[in-house]
Amino acid sequence: MYSEKVMDHFQNPRNVGEIENASGIGTVGNAKCGDIMRIYLDIDDDGIIRDCKFKTFGCGAAVATSSMATELVKGKSIEEAMKVTNKAVMEALDGLPPVKVHCSLLAEEAIHAALWDYAKKHGIEIEGLEEPKADIHEGEEDEEEY
Amino acid sequence: MEQPIYLDNAATTKTAPEVVEAMLPYFTEHYGNPSSIYSIGSAAKEAVTQAREKIAATLGARTNEIYFTGGGSEADNWALVATAEAYAAKGKHIITSKIEHHAVLHTCKYLEKRGYEVTYVDVDENGILKLEDLKRAIRPDTILISVMFANNEIGTVQPVREIGVIAREHGILFHTDAVQAYAHLPIDVEDMKIDMLSASGHKFNGPKGIGFLYIRTGIKIRSFLHGGQQERGRRAGTENVPGIVGIGRAAELAFSKLQENGAKEKMLRDHLIKRIGEEVPYCRLNGDAKRRLANNVNYSFRFIEGESLLIMLDMKGICASSGSACTSGSLDPSHVLLAIGLPHETAHGSLRLTVSAANTMEEMDRVVDAVKEIVGRLREMSPLYEDFIKKQK
Ligand SMILES: Cc1ncc(COP(=O)(O)O)c(C=O)c1O
Repeated sequence: MYSEKVMDHFQNPRNVGEIENASGIGTVGNAKCGDIMRIYLDIDDDGIIRDCKFKTFGCGAAVATSSMATELVKGKSIEEAMKVTNKAVMEALDGLPPVKVHCSLLAEEAIHAALWDYAKKHGIEIEGLEEPKADIHEGEEDEEEY
Repeated sequence: MEQPIYLDNAATTKTAPEVVEAMLPYFTEHYGNPSSIYSIGSAAKEAVTQAREKIAATLGARTNEIYFTGGGSEADNWALVATAEAYAAKGKHIITSKIEHHAVLHTCKYLEKRGYEVTYVDVDENGILKLEDLKRAIRPDTILISVMFANNEIGTVQPVREIGVIAREHGILFHTDAVQAYAHLPIDVEDMKIDMLSASGHKFNGPKGIGFLYIRTGIKIRSFLHGGQQERGRRAGTENVPGIVGIGRAAELAFSKLQENGAKEKMLRDHLIKRIGEEVPYCRLNGDAKRRLANNVNYSFRFIEGESLLIMLDMKGICASSGSACTSGSLDPSHVLLAIGLPHETAHGSLRLTVSAANTMEEMDRVVDAVKEIVGRLREMSPLYEDFIKKQK
């Protein structure tokens, strides 16, 4: 069901953990739907993401997308990090099964939430960044046919 | 790699070699149509009759009360839809439980869209039907009570006889989905006042895609599949002869070792329950500790998600299942775990291990060690666990 890359990032997740006194922390998702992602960013004075760590409660795809997202933003500038979309995360993982696409959205959202937290703390504005939704599953409805 | 440890016997079981052996001649030699008059046809017909007799005997039923179907789901669909249609003049109300298999629940939803009313009776925190609620739900227009014999996720065995008595007293038909219980527990349709019962071959070392519906004589439900006169005109279509021979042989084998297998499974189950309960912190045993299928273990582990756990177990060669949303393909975790009152996040972290008599104690120990290690690893990764630990300080 999962690509080799997804399995690799699930089995050997990169950058698991916490950052003390992080520049920005973002937590998205909810336990009700079965996935929560938290991203920690360490951003230096030049606006470069020096370090990035994550913690995730969720399925294999949720862990793998978090892991890949941290890899993609580490060492990047804020502007570059803003370009790490869910599509970019999915492509880097050689794709996700359709039912797991929401995990990659969650990863993008988690990065944005951490950047939002950083921007708020520093009183700056990041172009293109909007306040994260509290729950990315809002508005999604299961459709069942009988 | 070491042999995989198969602990998903509630999903399906290994077809017994004796069953395969019994089936083979009905592909190669006795391939005739049971409805034909020449001898290779009549050999097939005879085999179907024998299988029907064997199965009827295991339930205390009559031979002509057993109708072969294409599995448990078909038997459930048939029992509900056909009863609803046949008894619509009496009423359009059906009672069931909140923890039925989807084969029953989705059929109820289907009927609701067609003008029937369904009451979904609650279960207690161990998954046992609340009999008082059941009695209160009965109305003059109630035509059917359908409650499963034993639950496929948490293994809880229902007070079937009590339910049967209540239904009979009120002149209401009683159907039970016994897919997880048949050939695992003794069942007597007379004593338990069961009017209809569904079972499925692949849950007791028989083949997949074959099951049966027991229908008590005198119940007027009609054909579900229209066509030829097979199954006394109630289920058309040339019989799945090898499947029927297989389910008959599987029933015979299972009943010859019912006590023995049950005792072995119970020993394995109790070992798993005890060790996991003692060695993995923040866990909860789901389902009733005593009124429980001998093969079922279901634990919830807080702060972790079931699919991750399953993948990691799979990497260690352990086959298990979970009630997490990710494994059900929707956003909601198992309706059974929610019905017994589990919060969503705890329901997502559930693990079902269903043993068979072919498993060993050594395998159980390997599984517990693996579960301990993996749960620990996933918790280290979990923001929920991080928050919990910080709050504790
Ligand atoms: C309780 C219960 N009912 C019905 C079914 C469906 O049976 P089958 O797979 O034979 O259609 C199952 C098996 O998944 C089950 O566990």
